[in-house]
Amino acid sequence: MNVSVGIANSSEGRLVDASESGPAPKRTVVGYGFWIFLLSDVVMFSALFAAFAVLAKATAGGPTASQLFDQRNVAVETAVLLLSSYTCGLMSLAIGVRRYSGVVLAAVATFILGAVFLTLELREFHTMIALGATPQRSAFLSAFFTLVGCHGIHITVGLIWLILMLVQLAMWGFRPVVVRRFLCFALFWHALDIIWVMIFTAVYLMGVVR
Amino acid sequence: MTDNRVDVAPGEPPRESVSEQDIWTDFLIYTVGLSLAAILTVTSFWVANTSLLWAPGVPAGLAVLAIAQMGVHVVFFLHITTGPDSSNNILALAFGLLIAILVCAGSLVIMANLNANMAEPQMMEMLRRL
Repeated sequence: MNVSVGIANSSEGRLVDASESGPAPKRTVVGYGFWIFLLSDVVMFSALFAAFAVLAKATAGGPTASQLFDQRNVAVETAVLLLSSYTCGLMSLAIGVRRYSGVVLAAVATFILGAVFLTLELREFHTMIALGATPQRSAFLSAFFTLVGCHGIHITVGLIWLILMLVQLAMWGFRPVVVRRFLCFALFWHALDIIWVMIFTAVYLMGVVR
Repeated sequence: MTDNRVDVAPGEPPRESVSEQDIWTDFLIYTVGLSLAAILTVTSFWVANTSLLWAPGVPAGLAVLAIAQMGVHVVFFLHITTGPDSSNNILALAFGLLIAILVCAGSLVIMANLNANMAEPQMMEMLRRL
C-alpha cells in the first residue's frame, strides 16, 4: 500500500481524471492483470462445473454421491480452508505495515492449514479409489475427480508459491516486487476459497441431498 | 484516493496511508467476513442434513447460501467494492460471471433438451427393424 501511495502522491492531489493522471501505478496494473487471470480460471472451473452438473447422475451402476461422500470430512476441509483464507488476509495486513514477524507467522499458518486441507482431500481420494470408485468407473466419477482434483492442484501450486514467497521475503525484504507478488498470492488464495464454496455446495451437499 | 482517481488494485483496501487505527479496521473487516462466512457455511451444512425443511426446496436454498457466501468473500476478503476506483475490477468480474453462467446454464439446458429428445432404447430397436 505504501508503494501505491508514493506514486499516487506524486501527481500532487490535483483533481485529475484517470486519463490525465498518467499510467496507473504498477501495483494496480499487476493486481488487475492477475485479477483477469483469476477470472479466466473461474471460467475454466465453470466448464468443469458444467460437466459435473450434466454427469452427476451418470453413475453407470457404480457408487453414487450419497454412498461415497463423508460429510464430516468435507466440513473439516471447508473450515480449514476458510481459516487459511482468513490468515492469508491477516498476512496481507502484516505486509501493509511491513511487519516481518507477522507476515511469517500468518504465512506459516496459511501454509499449515492449506497442507491439512490437501492431506484430507488426498486421503478422501485414496479411500474412494480403494473402494473401487476410480475415475474410470463412471462418468460421474470422472467429472468428480477432474473438478475436485483441479482445485487440489491449484492448492498445491499455491502452497509451493507461498514457500517461494517466504524465501523471496527472507532474501529481499519488502521490495515493491515482493509486495506485489504477495498481493497476487493473496488474490489467488481467496479465489480458491471462493471456488471451494461452489464445490462443497454443488458437489458434496447437493450430492447428498439428491 | 478518489481525488486522484487512481484505480485500486483488487485485493487491497483503498487507503491513503496505513496507521495503527486502519490496521484495526482492516482486521475487523476480515474478522467480520470470517464470521459471516462461517455462519453461512454452518447453515449450508444444516440445511443439507435437516429434515425440518421442505425437501424439494433444499437445493435452491443451498444455491442461495453459496452465492451469499461467495459475495461475502468478494466483499470482505477481496475488497471488491462498488466505488468508482474499483469499477474496472467490477466490470471484469461481471464479464467473468457472465461467461461462467452462460457455460453452466447453457450446458445444463442443452443436455437436458438432448436427454428429453433422446429415443428410448425400445424405440431405437423398432426403428432398426423397419
